[in-house]
Amino acid sequence: MTEPLLRIENLHKTFGKLEVLKGIDMTMERGDVTSIIGSSGSGKTTLLRCINLLEDYQDGVVAIDGDQIGYRTQNGRRVRRPERQIAAQRAMTGMAFQHFNLFPHLTASRNIMLGLVKVRKMPAAEAKEIAAHWLTRVGLGDRGDAYPGQLSGGQQQRVAIARAVAMAPKLMLFDEVTSALDPELVNEVLNVITDLARDGMTMLLVTHEMKFAHDVSSKVVFMHQGRIAEAGPPAEVLRNPKSARLAEFLKGAKF
Amino acid sequence: MDFAAFLDQAWASRNLILAGLGRTILISAIAIFFGTILGVAIGVLLTYGNIVVRFVIRIYTDFLRGTPVFVLILACFYILSVAGVDLTPFQAGTFALALFCSSHVGEIVRGALKAIPVGQTEAARSIGLTFPQIFRYVLMPQAMRQILPTWVNTATEIVKASTLLSIIGVVELLLTIQQIISRTYMTLEFYFLAGILYFIVDFAIERAGRYFERRVAIPD
Amino acid sequence: MDYNFNFAAVWRDFDLLLSGLALGLALAMVSIAIGCVIGLLAAFGMISRRRLLRTVSSVYVTTIRNTPILIIILFTFFALPQLGVRLGKIESFVLSLSVYAGAYLTEVFRAGLVALPPGLREAGLSIGLTEFQAKRYVTIPVMWRNVLPSLSNNFISLFKDTSLAAAIAVPELTFYARKINVETFRVIETWMVASLMYVITCYVLAEILRRVEHRLAIPR
Repeated sequence: MTEPLLRIENLHKTFGKLEVLKGIDMTMERGDVTSIIGSSGSGKTTLLRCINLLEDYQDGVVAIDGDQIGYRTQNGRRVRRPERQIAAQRAMTGMAFQHFNLFPHLTASRNIMLGLVKVRKMPAAEAKEIAAHWLTRVGLGDRGDAYPGQLSGGQQQRVAIARAVAMAPKLMLFDEVTSALDPELVNEVLNVITDLARDGMTMLLVTHEMKFAHDVSSKVVFMHQGRIAEAGPPAEVLRNPKSARLAEFLKGAKF
Repeated sequence: MDFAAFLDQAWASRNLILAGLGRTILISAIAIFFGTILGVAIGVLLTYGNIVVRFVIRIYTDFLRGTPVFVLILACFYILSVAGVDLTPFQAGTFALALFCSSHVGEIVRGALKAIPVGQTEAARSIGLTFPQIFRYVLMPQAMRQILPTWVNTATEIVKASTLLSIIGVVELLLTIQQIISRTYMTLEFYFLAGILYFIVDFAIERAGRYFERRVAIPD
Repeated sequence: MDYNFNFAAVWRDFDLLLSGLALGLALAMVSIAIGCVIGLLAAFGMISRRRLLRTVSSVYVTTIRNTPILIIILFTFFALPQLGVRLGKIESFVLSLSVYAGAYLTEVFRAGLVALPPGLREAGLSIGLTEFQAKRYVTIPVMWRNVLPSLSNNFISLFKDTSLAAAIAVPELTFYARKINVETFRVIETWMVASLMYVITCYVLAEILRRVEHRLAIPR
């Protein structure tokens, strides 16, 4: 049996006394598109952030391509990896944030180039070409010299996605990327993600867009109070919820 | 009040005045330069240092900020000589000004770094940058732009505070002027001239700061 | 460094230092009170519709803010007599510090006034208050509470500036510290005690003023 791209086993995460993740198990194969749904406080964003090690986790395993993220086991003990290694591991995953988090002092193109030049050690000219390529892919080929403050929210989010995918991550993480956008700007961002999914990119999304989750995902995961409550193909999970809780959560959603 | 006589005297003393002005600028430049370097280090440690480091640095800055500059200058001047560090009044005074500058810059830098949204660091981490890289390419460029106006203000404060070095006998612009006054008895006129010269220096610094601000401004 | 600490000399004259500290506080309080009056008038001048008032106010603020305070102090004490204005040391210093404070407070008050919603004054006028009454009972009280934090900072920095009164031999804390320093050669002890007195006073003042701000804050 080959190692899945993403393997999460018995993941536990606490903030002080509050247990946010109470033992998560999940796997993703290459090319999978998984959507995580659930009410706020269910732990879905925290799960995503643990995979990128923006949050430490207290117990369990998060492994990408067989590499445990952030920790290794030494003589049966869990040891945090040195920061340098963690930084390199973070570059295996790409992350798009709810609030874009573009670097305001860099142009769209330079936002994308920064990681390529400083992490991938690419010559600037090559990085610039890749930036131009991805900006075109997200429909902003002519805005490379614009600063984030000169772009609309939807455009900023598309640049932020381009910045993440340009690093050629093995897994893309999307954290409620449309929640901070005006309704009329949501579709331009969803279209970019759909386009990337068609390309075969492995993606894990936290989203409130049920129709989008239904149309684009190969699997939907419903989280509730720090646990995975239901998981399966979108048609099954979204159309025939097994629990009353999920049925309640889905009430009124159209897809 | 004989204006022509004043102009005569001022013209006759022009070389002295220019030398004093030069020394004032030199003192300020040295103090601002070293004070800024030290201040950035202080600001970084106040923001990212562990609790012990933060505590020690906090005491240092609070002490410096609670002490009047004049007392700081006198203390450096008198104490360093007793402590066996043989400094000229020029050196002791400039050192005191640099310390004063560092505590202010430290506070400004800390404020600016704190004001950067945490999402910036997270986004930088998520593309695999290490902390030194994040600091250099993401945090500092943003903090620097925010600091600039306040920093320019601090620079003009240092120029004004440099007048206090006259009291420990450094022949900078103010003491030069006082020496001329004691010879000519044109108190009003020459203090006025001193005021104008300081005004010009501060004004120039402010203008340069504004120009520089515009140059590095992020378009939006 | 072989230096034998001996605080006895400093303790012997500690009452002098304390009286100096008290004088410094008194000077700062009187000056900020006068400064507030000047600042308020100049602030209304700054936002006045009459061009002359605007010009006069902004020339005052710009000139004073760009002139080193030591020059203002020396000018008032040594140069004004040339114009027939003779003041005692303390009066002269209070005048200097008030004029100096006024310029900084003008900016504080102006910003406070500009930040008020225009509807406030209009509401006052609409219930039949005169322009003066609307200022007296509506705009100024609201603005006052908003600017309290800046006022506190200004007061603390004015208190530190009273150390400069030593330059014209006003017997405040720094003056006595220098005196003790010269007479006893207990250099390190003297300056340690003097600067600690400043630091602690500033700290206590900040704490008191913070509580006052809290008490006076408009509930919301």
